[in-house]
Amino acid sequence: MSDMSQSAALDRRERVRNGLSRRHRGEAIFRGIGIAAIAIALALVGTLFWQVLSKGLPAFTQATLHLDVTFDEDVITAGPAPLRSDYASAAQYEAAFLDWRRALAGINWAALIEQAVRAEMPELDAEASDIRRLVDNNAGLTLRQMYQDDPALLNQTLNVALLGSADTDNWLKGTIDRSLPDARQQLSAVTRAIADRFAADGVISMDFAWHIFTNTDSRTAPASAGLAGAFVGSLYMMLVVVVLAVPIGVASAIYLEEFAPKNRFTDLIEVNINNLAAVPSIVFGLLGAAVFINYFRLPISAPIVGGLVLTLMTLPTIIIATRSSLRQVSPSLRQAALGLGASRTQMVFHHVLPLTLPGILTATIIGVAQALGETAPLLLIGMNAFVANIPGTPLDQSSALPVQIYLWQGNENRNFFEARTSAAILVLLGLMITLNAIAIFLRTRLERNK
Amino acid sequence: MNSFVIAAMLLVLLGLAYQTGWSRSRAVAQSSGQRLHSRPIYHGVWVALWVVIPAALIMGLWALFGPGVADQFARSQIPAEIAAGLEPGQIVNAVSRIKAIASGFGIIGEPQPFEAEAARALSQFQLYGFLIVILAAAIIGIGALLYARGRIVPGLRARNQVERVITLLLLACSGVAILTTVGIVASLLVEAIRFFTFINPLDFFFGTVWNPRFSTTGTGAEGDYGLIPLLWGTIMVATIAMLFAVPVGLMAAIYLSQYAHPRVRNVVKPLIEILAGIPTIVYGFFALVTVGPFLSGLGATVGLDIRATSAATAGLVMGIMIIPFISSLSDDILRQVPQSLRDGSLGLGATQSETIRRVILPAALPGIVGAFLLAVSRAIGETMIVVLAAGNSPVLRFNPFEPTSTVTVTIVNQLTGDSDFAGPQSLVAFALGLTLFVLTLILNVAALTIVRRFREQYD
Repeated sequence: MSDMSQSAALDRRERVRNGLSRRHRGEAIFRGIGIAAIAIALALVGTLFWQVLSKGLPAFTQATLHLDVTFDEDVITAGPAPLRSDYASAAQYEAAFLDWRRALAGINWAALIEQAVRAEMPELDAEASDIRRLVDNNAGLTLRQMYQDDPALLNQTLNVALLGSADTDNWLKGTIDRSLPDARQQLSAVTRAIADRFAADGVISMDFAWHIFTNTDSRTAPASAGLAGAFVGSLYMMLVVVVLAVPIGVASAIYLEEFAPKNRFTDLIEVNINNLAAVPSIVFGLLGAAVFINYFRLPISAPIVGGLVLTLMTLPTIIIATRSSLRQVSPSLRQAALGLGASRTQMVFHHVLPLTLPGILTATIIGVAQALGETAPLLLIGMNAFVANIPGTPLDQSSALPVQIYLWQGNENRNFFEARTSAAILVLLGLMITLNAIAIFLRTRLERNK
Repeated sequence: MNSFVIAAMLLVLLGLAYQTGWSRSRAVAQSSGQRLHSRPIYHGVWVALWVVIPAALIMGLWALFGPGVADQFARSQIPAEIAAGLEPGQIVNAVSRIKAIASGFGIIGEPQPFEAEAARALSQFQLYGFLIVILAAAIIGIGALLYARGRIVPGLRARNQVERVITLLLLACSGVAILTTVGIVASLLVEAIRFFTFINPLDFFFGTVWNPRFSTTGTGAEGDYGLIPLLWGTIMVATIAMLFAVPVGLMAAIYLSQYAHPRVRNVVKPLIEILAGIPTIVYGFFALVTVGPFLSGLGATVGLDIRATSAATAGLVMGIMIIPFISSLSDDILRQVPQSLRDGSLGLGATQSETIRRVILPAALPGIVGAFLLAVSRAIGETMIVVLAAGNSPVLRFNPFEPTSTVTVTIVNQLTGDSDFAGPQSLVAFALGLTLFVLTLILNVAALTIVRRFREQYD
């Protein structure tokens, strides 16, 4: 009898022990899956950044030719620049100046570059078109601008830095397969030979591409396309967002958190705001297209419209974040203020709000960062139009950083624009990281001062 | 320039009014020997409000309608016999020439006599108009100032009145959110209804062919506008995204909230949340140049025909985008499960993973489902990833390795660069937007309700 119960107990212990090792195995597996999930997520963050960095960083240097260009008077036949004092009215001077500029535009500036290249390589036997493919289409424009700014350059020789064409850049960086047959290369064999020779001689060097930050987008001269227009457009939109979304968002957060009576109407506002925060951004774009552009007839592809749309989109984010920081202020502070005879408004504006400043700041930056990267609604209000100017006011046509990324990734010159797009992404991510860093810095400063 | 003058004048008036109210209230208090009900600051603000509201109203009206009125005036200055000989386009041109002369910039060539005459009249009109408005605003402002100043007595409840205005302002600001929703619903509905005058709603909601033709071929209702292929593409991409993001996101959240050392957690959590801050256009580019070619290369090695831009590519990258969303929402919810449940289970001898699987997850299930619904709603509304990586092929296909298209992509395609909504080709974007809005609204409301119930359960 006791034997049997002993063996049963043994048996049970055996079963438990067996089960235990199985259960511990299960535990280890479960843990392993958790670690694997985190590893996958981190690996994805890493891959993404690695891809963008490895593709984008090379785009910040670009093949640049350093040529001794002579402003030959046989080529530049436009005559002297008109003087303001020779004309009676501003309009007449403007007209004469425009005529002169038109004459300058008609000049074959590329011939100057051709002369300079031939001077560098006297033994060269090449067609003019082979030489022209070496430099960016904007190179002539650069010379024209130099001459227009300073007509005294006539017949002088100057060492000028001219951007190589996108194809030259591809060839020298190896972003196109060098072993491809002639028919599939972007440049002719002669041009490739010149590029290699110049690179070896130091006539072509890889210079830092400042023009990415100073030039606007360009269709005809891809190598000199830059982000300046898009950057200014984004800047205007962020200004609109900060000027409108922050005061309105903070005010509504204060109302809902501190003043609102508990009734149907405020419940409705509350549900409504939570919902708006989850409405797809493209729907805000539709709203902008229908209301701001079609109904109010605001200018198409203008930063003001983009800013308004993004304001409406970021408003819920700012309201929700501000409310949560208002909620963190201890109720005893409010009761003390009210108990000492402060009115509700005084309590909020004199005591609660100063404590929530770091929170409001964070909310602002979260909202601006969200707005800065948003693309889809901007496409619907026409901000994907090609704009070659830096917008002077928020009412002018403009692009925006994320939209510029969208436009560049679709360019036909894939191997050049893949790098250029990554560079634009780096600029955008850099801006967002800077914004967040500023937020963290200010928040710690403000919280320490409290 | 004009608006600058207006703003400067308003500011001067404001300062003046504030100063008046402030000093007047102190003077009144001193002369009467009574205590003021409100502090002088409030009297200052009270007078300033009295002045600024009417003055700003007048100037705002001028800023809004002034240019239009000037335009009309310039048009009326073109002599009737000349206007009769001009076409509408030429009249507009003449008006802009007149305005250019009037502004002093001048035009190229000699102005015609009637243009010079009209320009002179216009510049006078503009000057007088501007002066009259400024004067009117100033007179009304000063009148209001004097009136308000006269009303200052020690018992004036200036603070209460100022605070009422402030509260009203705050209320108006929170009304903007409501107005936005109303604007969204109204604009989507109005334009969608216009679309349905071209296309039968039944053909739209149940049509299986999407082929809207180009708008240049006419504005008639030719072409097929079937929603089903787009909806199917949307669902397929969102499903792939969820299939990838849910296991990874949920397991990451479980590990971080239940197992990880606080120090590890403090490092890893922000790193994963970096993914949430990356703009979606960047994900789209990543899908296009990295994930797509990788997937199609992978397919080639195992003998599968995977296109570089396909539902799978878009879904996978969208999944990456959603991971931090799911993990941080789930993390929040897992942490709200009471410690007593966990302690009870561990005390009965369950291992940690058993506690998580059998106790914590079931307790947190409603909240987690809510989080998933929010994630689905985000996946459905995501645009840029699918625009770049899904291949834009609105055909009903069931193979996830083929290109597809979604509702959001089609909205972008149909509306981009189009400013007048004349034909069904562009109006359809609003019908699609309405569908999208309703879908996400249902998901959001369900999710928010579930999550709120869950919170209340454990509060």
